[in-house]
Amino acid sequence: MSGCIQFLLDDETHVVDLSGRHGAMGPDTTVLQYLREQLLRRGTKEGCAEGDCGACTVVVVEPVAASPGDGKCAGRLRYRPVNACIQLLAGLDGRELLTVESLARRRGPLHPVQQAMVEHHASQCGFCTPGIVMSLFSLYKAQTGTPVRRDIDDCLAGNLCRCTGYRPILEAGLAMHALGDALPAAAQTRLARAGGTEQDGVVADRLTALDASSQSSIAGDGTWLGLPRTLAEALQMRAARPDATVVAGGTDVGLQITKSLTDLAAVLSVARVSELKRLEPTSDVWHVGAAVPIADLQLAIAGEWPALDELLRRFASPPIRHAATLGGNIANGSPIGDSMPALLALDATVELASVSGTRTVALADFYTGYRQSVLRPDELIVSVLIPRATHGERLAIYKLTKRPDQDISAVCGAFWVRLEQAKIVSARVAYGGMAATPARVPTCERALEGVSVFDAVPGPARDTIATSFTPLSDQRASARYRALTAANLLDRLFMELRGEPRVDLYRHAR
Amino acid sequence: MHGDTDDTHTQRRIQGGVRESLPHESAGQHVRGAAWYTDDLPEPNGTLHAALGLSERAHAEIVSLDLNPVRHSDGVRCVLTAADIVGDNNCGPIVADDPIFAEGVVEHVGQSLFAVAADTVRAARQAVRRVEAIYRDRPAAITVNSALAAGQFLLPTEQMTRGDPDTAIGSACHQLDGEFVIGGQEQFYLEGQIALAIPLDDGGMHIYSSTQFPMEVQAAVARCLGRERMTDIVVECRRMGGAFGGKESQPALFACVAALLAEATGRPVKLRMDRDDDMRVTGKRHDFVARYQVGFDAAGTIEGYRVNLASRCGRSADLSGAINDRAMFHSDNAYFLPHVAITSERLKTHTVSNTAFRGFGGPQGMLVIEEVMDAIAQALGKDPLSVRRANLYGGAGRNVTPYGMTVEDNILPELLDELVATSDYHQRRQDIARFNAGSEVFKRGIALTPVKFGISFTATHLNQAGALVHLYHDGSVHLNHGGTEMGQGLFTKIAQIVAEELQIDVGCVRATATDTGKVPNASATAASSGTDLNGKAAQAAARTLRERLTDFAAEHYDVPREQIRFMPGEVQVGNRTVPFPDLIHEAYMNRVQLSATGFYKTPKIGYDRRTWSGRPFYYFAYGAAVSEVEIDTLTGEHLIRRVDILHDCGESLNEAIDRGQIEGGFLQGVGWLTCEELVYADSGELLTTAPSTYKIPACSDWPREWRVDLMQSTPNREDTVFRSKAVGEPPLMLANSVFLALKDAVASVAEHRVRPALNAPATPEAILLAVTDLRAQRTVDDS
Repeated sequence: MSGCIQFLLDDETHVVDLSGRHGAMGPDTTVLQYLREQLLRRGTKEGCAEGDCGACTVVVVEPVAASPGDGKCAGRLRYRPVNACIQLLAGLDGRELLTVESLARRRGPLHPVQQAMVEHHASQCGFCTPGIVMSLFSLYKAQTGTPVRRDIDDCLAGNLCRCTGYRPILEAGLAMHALGDALPAAAQTRLARAGGTEQDGVVADRLTALDASSQSSIAGDGTWLGLPRTLAEALQMRAARPDATVVAGGTDVGLQITKSLTDLAAVLSVARVSELKRLEPTSDVWHVGAAVPIADLQLAIAGEWPALDELLRRFASPPIRHAATLGGNIANGSPIGDSMPALLALDATVELASVSGTRTVALADFYTGYRQSVLRPDELIVSVLIPRATHGERLAIYKLTKRPDQDISAVCGAFWVRLEQAKIVSARVAYGGMAATPARVPTCERALEGVSVFDAVPGPARDTIATSFTPLSDQRASARYRALTAANLLDRLFMELRGEPRVDLYRHAR
Repeated sequence: MHGDTDDTHTQRRIQGGVRESLPHESAGQHVRGAAWYTDDLPEPNGTLHAALGLSERAHAEIVSLDLNPVRHSDGVRCVLTAADIVGDNNCGPIVADDPIFAEGVVEHVGQSLFAVAADTVRAARQAVRRVEAIYRDRPAAITVNSALAAGQFLLPTEQMTRGDPDTAIGSACHQLDGEFVIGGQEQFYLEGQIALAIPLDDGGMHIYSSTQFPMEVQAAVARCLGRERMTDIVVECRRMGGAFGGKESQPALFACVAALLAEATGRPVKLRMDRDDDMRVTGKRHDFVARYQVGFDAAGTIEGYRVNLASRCGRSADLSGAINDRAMFHSDNAYFLPHVAITSERLKTHTVSNTAFRGFGGPQGMLVIEEVMDAIAQALGKDPLSVRRANLYGGAGRNVTPYGMTVEDNILPELLDELVATSDYHQRRQDIARFNAGSEVFKRGIALTPVKFGISFTATHLNQAGALVHLYHDGSVHLNHGGTEMGQGLFTKIAQIVAEELQIDVGCVRATATDTGKVPNASATAASSGTDLNGKAAQAAARTLRERLTDFAAEHYDVPREQIRFMPGEVQVGNRTVPFPDLIHEAYMNRVQLSATGFYKTPKIGYDRRTWSGRPFYYFAYGAAVSEVEIDTLTGEHLIRRVDILHDCGESLNEAIDRGQIEGGFLQGVGWLTCEELVYADSGELLTTAPSTYKIPACSDWPREWRVDLMQSTPNREDTVFRSKAVGEPPLMLANSVFLALKDAVASVAEHRVRPALNAPATPEAILLAVTDLRAQRTVDDS
């Protein structure tokens, strides 16, 4: 057992030794490698190896207790779609994995999701199909009652199909619940859980038992994998192994493995540190643990900050949202990280901790340069503190991309304002994609103060965009486009603050 | 309608005959994850994994290539360069200008330099990055315009002319000229390029390749191994995870590399490309710069048209000749051009060699004339639909293409009438004008564009196909043909054809992997011709068997031949009926040959490429679409509110599959014209090499509302298989309506007084900049 992680796959406990050399069943082994190369279970495909095409989508099941803030999950288990290509196998410790092969036994009857796909002619070349089936399956499990088009669009935002034009897939998604409901009771019981005959409760108990027996670290031949459960343990490991790559959701670290071909000899997985999973509001802030998946944050905070809900939806596809975390997004420090402008506009703070203590830093002070921050090598991000909405505050966030879904922004503008009788009394304005780091625009904020939203955007406010930024041209957009739209987004902001019904084409069309 | 087997009194129908909307033959496997693609095949023991070392420069002399660090990298078993190739260092399909490994000079970023076989994929990929290469840069031409400036032509410039366009343009009431740029497109098949080469005991090589053109892979591998005979090589492909033209000529490189490494090591070798490398190494749709002059009358009827199409071919010939030919052949689209000159310039650039992609040059040629139609309409203040109608082929003396082929099967007038009515086009155009008048930020646009697409390979010799049908003595059927399955449903349709011919349930027919050992010399599955060619060949094989069985039954049961009829699942022999399997078993016992080949070559076609005259196409496939869009003039964001499509599949063999091609082709075209943008750095490096930066349409990009119909009761006038029509490529060009609707929306910003400078793709950026420039111009005009 030494050096092993454990997880369920089709009712079977897989005990996998991860103490191998890195690059060969070491801590950086991905789920997809394990499935395709070790198990020769090849229904799950690799299309891009960067989490952007969805051909490798699988579902990870965890007990609901492990995902606080979860309002939508009816049973004791939570079904999360994830991209097997960039997920570390280590992250499956104590969880259940479901792949496309889990949904129907060889020659056995098809799952309603699969049946709907066949009946609606929703596969052509079939290479994306297993991933699409698994994404739809996660929706099938998450939602009772027939979904609507926007649910399917969202569900499949990260599943590319090059053949069908998606129409038949949409129709399969709309039909799958009815197919399942029409099954005889015995078949429904059998299908209540894909992956096996056992019921949710039994699986939840098995997962809890696996979790209890799992190891906190695995040392191998020149490799090391930390799997801490408590913050104290995580911080000690961080201090002892500053060389280790910290992984939460792994959606960015995964690319180091698959694209940079870096072998990660030492990995510190913080995905199950209980303090980092905290997600709850106090009277003045939301505590968002650094390891809380974006999907969970979105569910929890949507009612309070609708603009954040829309941003987090367009942040990425569900398989990315179910893995990626706010903490990881901040630690990664990409200039186009989409959460940052919103958090800057909200004046969020970040709680950092090390063995020697805890400190709080305003997000605005967190970055010191391109992918550089004040985070010390022995520190971890513990949580992000997002101020709660109060009366008179408005938040608007606009993300501009080539494609509406699952795309990285060319420009992302976030605007927080306090209104009194349609006058802006204070404002915070932040942009991503305009400079080496996401940045506030204090001059713009001052220029907006005292302005009525029923007036035009003042010229001086628009001008601050040009004076504050010298954007770059790259594959996503030209400098000219960035400069023009960053200013134009102020017009959209005023439209929204005036209460105009149509502000954002994509939001309206949904 | 089932040939001489038809019997209107028959109660029972076979399951899965023609005209039935059967699901894809692999649908059940697809949804289970049980369909094997090349990377899913169980590898033989000892299989090694390969990776390619790639050029980092667009145009440079290779001063030195130090491969020692590569050789010493963990797990490496073999490293090969050009010097190690015994046979031809070439995998070019037509011209021998595509080295497998560059020698001396590199001509694009991502060109293959060397290859490694190692114990694991990861070890191989890590190893190739350890190369130490020293280059001496040479001047590089990356874009069409830089190649034009440098006078770098890859192939001779071609011209197709009729009449006297200059005089016709000059003497027309109205003239217009313009420049229009059309972007390229990555195929983005979900399954990347891959080949598995297995050395055989007799010195032969078995190749599993994800390819639309197994014969060409076979020939290329035989050449590079220094084999004199193609018979030493077998190439097999059960299915591809998408291809779209990107696996017509491109797979040869990967198969050659795998075969060379297998030959060198004596072990099976698999080469599977990482997505980013795949996008660096393989060709894409050609981007074009078009310049036109047009003269027309007050109704918008064209009197003279001159167009110059300059395309980025990349570093080698590949299929660029035929692709640019097809761009010329489709520069008329659906319109009669009395006096016309079509010039095609094929430019050599230091970028990846561009290649086939659904439509094969046709979309670019067609989009230019559609742009011209809208420009004419705008100049005259007319509805673009009326200008299109005025120019449609038809009427005396107005039905001959610029290449001298008479358009005999034009159904567009009726098709447009129907679509205009069902889409409520005229009312919606008015509604949109009203909406735009009351909306400053959001603007809507609408466009109706037709498609007329020529069906046949323009290289006449490729219009042939073979099939092989075995009847086992239990009555089950093994079906094989030269076509490849890439998701388009070819295997399904051909199984339906064979089932129909033999009057047995399709479940008795097993479609099997394309294999150069079963059907030789098969053409690429391309040019939309898969079903037309292979369907006819399979039908011929099935008919041969039926004839033999008829002869046998007549003799065996002693009844006249005329009294033998193939009924569903059984054969009527005089007064008795014999179940089909029983008849087959009886035939076997009486030593009847139960295997047959079939062959087909397309009739009527042939043209002279020197004079650009004749009949390159057997027939035309038609369609039209109406698209309505909305744009946000603050950001350039846009969406498709609604699309109405009416498309001609002749008498469809399988409406569900044809509809899949129509919808999928349409959205792929939408991607080409809206969100898909290939961005090259000045250095020639492609910056969009992955789905994170290269955006193909996602689910939410399918229009908000749609009506997709097949034109009914329009059998193919030519004798195609069951009077069906090809449907692979034509629907892609239905997306022209989306582009022109976007342009219509942009033009509304200046009340349609100024033609927007909007090129393809119409990304949010392109739209916003066009809007911004129009508004600036409007301000100038108003002041």
